[in-house]
Amino acid sequence: MPAQATTESVEQVIFDGLKELGAEGEVSRESTFEDLDVDSLDLVELAQIIEDEFGVELQGEDVKDLRKVGQVIDLVVARSQ
Amino acid sequence: MTPNVVITGMGAVTPLGVGADTLFARWSEGECAIEDGLARCLDFEPTEFLTRKEARRTDRFTHFAMVAADEALSTAWPHGLPYEPERIGCVIGTGIGGLGSLEHQQDILRDRGPKAVSPLAVPLLMGNAAAAAVAMRHGLHGSSFGVMSACAAGAHAIGAAIRMVEAGEADAVVAGGAESAIAGVAVAAFAAMGATSPTGTSRPFDARRDGFVMGEGAGILVLENAERAAAREAEPLGEILGYAASSDAHHLTAPEPSGRDAARAIELALANAGLEPGDVDYVNAHGTSTPLNDFSETQALKAALGDDAHQIPVSSTKSAIGHLLGAAGAVEAIATVETLRRSLAPPTVGWEERDPDLDLDYVPNEARPLEHRGNGNGQPRLTGISNSFGFGGHNAVLCFEA
Repeated sequence: MPAQATTESVEQVIFDGLKELGAEGEVSRESTFEDLDVDSLDLVELAQIIEDEFGVELQGEDVKDLRKVGQVIDLVVARSQ
Repeated sequence: MTPNVVITGMGAVTPLGVGADTLFARWSEGECAIEDGLARCLDFEPTEFLTRKEARRTDRFTHFAMVAADEALSTAWPHGLPYEPERIGCVIGTGIGGLGSLEHQQDILRDRGPKAVSPLAVPLLMGNAAAAAVAMRHGLHGSSFGVMSACAAGAHAIGAAIRMVEAGEADAVVAGGAESAIAGVAVAAFAAMGATSPTGTSRPFDARRDGFVMGEGAGILVLENAERAAAREAEPLGEILGYAASSDAHHLTAPEPSGRDAARAIELALANAGLEPGDVDYVNAHGTSTPLNDFSETQALKAALGDDAHQIPVSSTKSAIGHLLGAAGAVEAIATVETLRRSLAPPTVGWEERDPDLDLDYVPNEARPLEHRGNGNGQPRLTGISNSFGFGGHNAVLCFEA
């Protein structure tokens, strides 16, 4: 069973995931992927982590216009409801 | 007139440690890095040199290449690129590519299905990954690509780079080879074909040799147009005098036993360099420690060099670090240049028993001062060649002066 997707749990998984991917600097909801030097390949890996954890499938289309970490967190929480 | 090509930087990651100096110093002392039948870079920790992100987006063979290239470029160009980036190329050979990454992703595909396979899988494993990563890291915008010719790839990459500079396509090329293939399939396959040593020993040219020992690492050189290098008052480490390559067109893995085509590559490289056999002071052999290679290579050296073959010290770097496959030619090119620069022939480590068919001077076990035996015309510089032969019958020979 996928984990319960609360804002806190999604935030934790995404923050940890981004650090695991080698994101540069502090990660917060306000960080932009550009600041973190996270590119499209990293985002696909992040989407894989999210799907493993919460069963929420994100496509490239879903995230291509998202600039901030917080936007991805909100999207995952909304999708999991 | 064809420009001359000089070497202004060298870098190596080998089972003897990080650094071209480390390789030469430890090999000269007669050290051998083989443990349990493998020659791994045990002390190499990629995140000492690369960010976590750089390390996870590249395979181990690319880690080796990036670290060796950092050393080579910091020696050659401590103040940054001296030429237009568009005039600097990057050519790096490999025998197999990112095999560890391929095996890892194959496990994920089998166990967890296609959706779990990393989007990084192809850029990790592709054979050109090292050339791409080094070009990206240093902003080299000239021609860049990988070279695949099994255990001759490192030498072929340097050969391609030489021709690029000679043709005027580039002012400089960062060139070499990288390999990290000590992974399940390759270890099993080399054993299955009887190529690797069942006793786990690398003793090239010894009567008891029974196969090669797998190694890993990288060697990277900075090659420059000699005139451009002189104009910026660079102090070259050595000069490339010649290069040639040939093909056995004989067998998937076995060398042609007479060494005929390997001999032709040596002869053509000497002709390209404008040298006679009497000018050659040192031979860095391919010397894999397989029964077939060491026999046919000895035949080739005698065919190409005639009576001089018996007067020239011949040693094999693989006696100290095993066989670095696609990195071997580049690491051994560096070892050859160091040998000439320091006038010291490192030994064939572990050589004890003469094979009656293998009757050259293999510099057994102890380094020996290298003497100027040639028609040096009063020049203090020494001349040497480095042989590389690959599965598939690929022969590449480089000729250096330092």
